Amino acid sequence: MKPAPFDYVAPTTVSDALDAIASAGDPRVLAGGQSLVPLLNLRLARPDVVIDVNGVDELDHLDIDDGVVRIGATTRHRSVELDPELASAVPLLVEAAGFVGHPHIRNRATVGGTIAHADPAAEFGAVMLALDGRVIVQGAGGRRTVPAAEWYQGYFTTAIEPGEMLIEVELPARSSGAGHAFREFAPRHGDFAITGVAAIVERANGSCTGARLAACGVGSVPVDLSSVADALVGATDIDDDALREVTRRVAVLVDPTSDVHASGEYRRELVQLLAAEALRAAWERAPSGGRST
Amino acid sequence: MKVRFSVNGEPAEVDVEPRELLLDVVRDRLGLTGTHAGCEQGACGACTVLVDGIGVRSCLMLGVQAAGREITTIEGIGTGRGHLHPVQEAFAEHHGLQCGFCTPGMVLTAIELLQRHPHPSRAEIEENMAGNLCRCTGYVNIVDAIEAASAALSSAGAAREEA
Repeated sequence: MKPAPFDYVAPTTVSDALDAIASAGDPRVLAGGQSLVPLLNLRLARPDVVIDVNGVDELDHLDIDDGVVRIGATTRHRSVELDPELASAVPLLVEAAGFVGHPHIRNRATVGGTIAHADPAAEFGAVMLALDGRVIVQGAGGRRTVPAAEWYQGYFTTAIEPGEMLIEVELPARSSGAGHAFREFAPRHGDFAITGVAAIVERANGSCTGARLAACGVGSVPVDLSSVADALVGATDIDDDALREVTRRVAVLVDPTSDVHASGEYRRELVQLLAAEALRAAWERAPSGGRST
Repeated sequence: MKVRFSVNGEPAEVDVEPRELLLDVVRDRLGLTGTHAGCEQGACGACTVLVDGIGVRSCLMLGVQAAGREITTIEGIGTGRGHLHPVQEAFAEHHGLQCGFCTPGMVLTAIELLQRHPHPSRAEIEENMAGNLCRCTGYVNIVDAIEAASAALSSAGAAREEA
């Protein structure tokens, strides 16, 4: 229950961090450490070099500019959760942040860390897909932008290449007619969700003009379920009939496997229920619904 | 690696391997064994310490990451031997502990909550304490103790203002 030996470097610039990554055999970037340090303690990860990026000031930023929210890799979950500007710009992310672990985990956990770690049960995976976010990574060849849909490749596996590190994520700011909601079920408060769902509903002149939906915990990667949206477009109420069609389609789109936490069948039931709840809540929060987010 | 930081208001300098957890540095290098090693994977909260006043799990931070920080452990929150912190008094009064293993983490988590939010509701206390596991008491007495500590701290604060 103690980490195997490793070398430790604490660069203060992205450039120095990338140099350290390039010269290591099996490097790991340490941000909040709330996933990496347990893996070190259990010796499931045995890097030769740990590169601590907590001192890299350029990774710790939160900017909202021209409809785009940019969140630096080492921004803490707790900062996201408590930021009043983010609450109106990306309410979906802020709501989801409150479901991640416990306050003391969120004091350390970082946005970049959870997205790089890519646990399929992680809330932010569903949020990234629902919002069509982008991940900015940097390596020796410069920066590149990876859409969320291409980021998640498999269990704990992303599109990041050796020698690269995650710099920031970009999320579109909430459009004026949209309502957002995140719902999940976990057997104990603060545990990883068995299943979680992120929903966005666009509403104009009293009817639904679009929707996006994504789930975590129902496969090896977060799953984009937005193709169900055409069952809602044009609806003047997200009622039981509309949701019946949505949940029927959700059940077809997911193929969850069984594990020690829940059976695949149970997860399939749960994702339908949570999708209905999240879509209904998002609809009610969309401004023409009378109650704003 | 030589690392300098402050522990309970006193300067500390230790020579540690990078793989040593802050938990182990505090316990084994500094001898402050009030910080308890529970699960060592961030699940139980027994090893909670305050880093620059913010609650963290010392099993999920490396000792080298403490450089330049102010660490507060359970040994640093009373006002001296025999003088308990009001949160500790309340835990004793309301039977908020039994075996005591989780207690240092519980107390520090409660202190941090009350500093940030002096008058939490019962639901807010439960939400905030949910990351600290106790296998003896069933939590009701712990929540009772924190409610009582909140009241005691605010009446002590009001008395100070009057004086």
